[in-house]
Amino acid sequence: MNFEAIKSIYTFEMARMQRTLLQSVISPVITTSLYFIVFGTAIGSRIQTIEGVSYGSFITPGLIMLTLLTQCIGNGSIGIYFPKFTGTIYEILSAPVAMTEILVGYVGAAATKGLIIGLIILATASFFVEISIAHPVMMVVFLVLTAVTFSLFGFIIGIWAKNFEQLNIVPMLVVPPLTFLGGSFYSIDMLPPFWQAVSHFNPVLYLVSGFRWSFYEIADVNPLISLGMIGLFLAICLSVLGWIFKTGYRLRS
Amino acid sequence: MAPIVSIDRLTKTYGNGFEALKGIDLDIEEGEILALLGPNGAGKTTLISIICGLVNPGSGKVMVAGHDVVKDFRATRALIGLVPQELTTDMFETVWNTVSFSRGVHGKKPDPALIESILKDLSLWEKKDNTLRELSGGMKRRVLIAKALAHEPKILFLDEPTAGVDVNLRREMWQVVERLRENGVTIILTTHYIEEAEEIADRVGVINGGRLLLVEEKRALMQKLGRKQLRLELSEPLTALPDSLALYNLTLADDGTALVHEYQGEEGQGSIASLLATLAAEDIHFRDLSTRQSSLEDIFVALVGEKA
Ligand SMILES: Nc1ncnc2c1ncn2[C@@H]1O[C@H](COP(=O)(O)OP(=O)(O)O)[C@@H](O)[C@H]1O
Ligand SMILES: [Mg+2]
Repeated sequence: MNFEAIKSIYTFEMARMQRTLLQSVISPVITTSLYFIVFGTAIGSRIQTIEGVSYGSFITPGLIMLTLLTQCIGNGSIGIYFPKFTGTIYEILSAPVAMTEILVGYVGAAATKGLIIGLIILATASFFVEISIAHPVMMVVFLVLTAVTFSLFGFIIGIWAKNFEQLNIVPMLVVPPLTFLGGSFYSIDMLPPFWQAVSHFNPVLYLVSGFRWSFYEIADVNPLISLGMIGLFLAICLSVLGWIFKTGYRLRS
Repeated sequence: MAPIVSIDRLTKTYGNGFEALKGIDLDIEEGEILALLGPNGAGKTTLISIICGLVNPGSGKVMVAGHDVVKDFRATRALIGLVPQELTTDMFETVWNTVSFSRGVHGKKPDPALIESILKDLSLWEKKDNTLRELSGGMKRRVLIAKALAHEPKILFLDEPTAGVDVNLRREMWQVVERLRENGVTIILTTHYIEEAEEIADRVGVINGGRLLLVEEKRALMQKLGRKQLRLELSEPLTALPDSLALYNLTLADDGTALVHEYQGEEGQGSIASLLATLAAEDIHFRDLSTRQSSLEDIFVALVGEKA
């Protein structure tokens, strides 16, 4: 193992992110605050509680997930896309590092930053609503697994993308609808049966549901199934990456 | 001594079907400076990229210090430094950070004193805290060299190092190359400038259309392929050549005031002495004498023109 290389890539990435930390923290914090003000006050005054939890508290796990997914996919993809775009990737590809080590460096940094921002959102939320965490260990497990899985997913997008448009299309066009339709802002019990069935094809539903369970012990699906689904998605990302590294897809001609 | 880089029947066909290398055999000796000379599109960058691990080889084998570049990439890449053809830099990084990163990513522990001396050698020390986008093209080129040296490579590849580089940087670059060579570093550079190869290389390889046309010691190459010309300015013009001189490859120039003798590098050794003796016997005197040797450029044009 080339630990020195992993450390270099990781610290390099963290330093890069630090330069943009302010904007990457401020924007989700403002957005989250707006959600609480608009959804929490406007809608929350009509929907008082969902399954015994106040509406503001109910939406907090979903909001954290929304930010975590967007951040991890964004950071995971730009981390590898940018050197590909500028050409500096030659250095990493000609260094004595295995692709898995490159992956650990980039994905580790992207997941770390996602987690930091996720926790900042959690702290922000606690100013607006009452938060209780029933299963802190499981909460951390869900958080870390999701961060790693979606940073890996971002890494795949970063390798696949040939231009900035392709790079942005997934985080901008796919993640928000999946999160909104994944029960972040409501319990899917509130939907008509047909849409409930459709929702079960949405991977984000399982993330949000499992994560919310670790807070309030209420869930749309069994938390173990949630965990299994994250594990499945993680396995899919790892096998795609295995194939990419074996073939050199869009990295080595 | 075993060659430090050994390339055996290497081919490369890109995804679009283009055959960039058509069977390259080449041994590079430890400590030498080898210039790969060839026009644009000859396959120089492809060859280097395969040795360095940027491009997957087609068929054939590349060994570096006895290790296979694919199977044993950790061993081979740790020995190699690469200065790429394109000026690719992390615009927002500082010089210091980007050079330190290069060392780390090659698996070496930080060594600020070494980085400092590399930056000083390349006149980059004052710029160490500048970000790369603030630097001129020449300065960026220096940074790329510094990055390639940060992990103390044993083999250095310079891909068209002097493209778009001013005289000062060129001179400094050759000084750095000279110092590296004194420390036993093997240097391979590609260029399509003949003077460059002529100036610093020990051996020259000519590559064109994915084939290595020849590899020779520079001096041997000049001697073998370089046509030489001996020119004698005659004291008295001649109207015709005497029969006794018919054996030599001679022509009369400038209305008979000069005699030009063309010969190939090696055969000249015997013929010149006897030519001069014959001239003395014929009572032909000359006031001045000069020789001219064709440059690598002439050789190169002759080769590529012939075989392309
Ligand atoms: N990734 C690639 N895909 C397809 N063709 C390529 C690729 N890279 C280089 N080539 C082609 O291979 C040939 C050799 O290129 P290169 O090795 O860069 O030559 P040189 O460095 O001698 O100018 C050129 O014709 C070039 O167009
Ligand atoms: Mg080239």
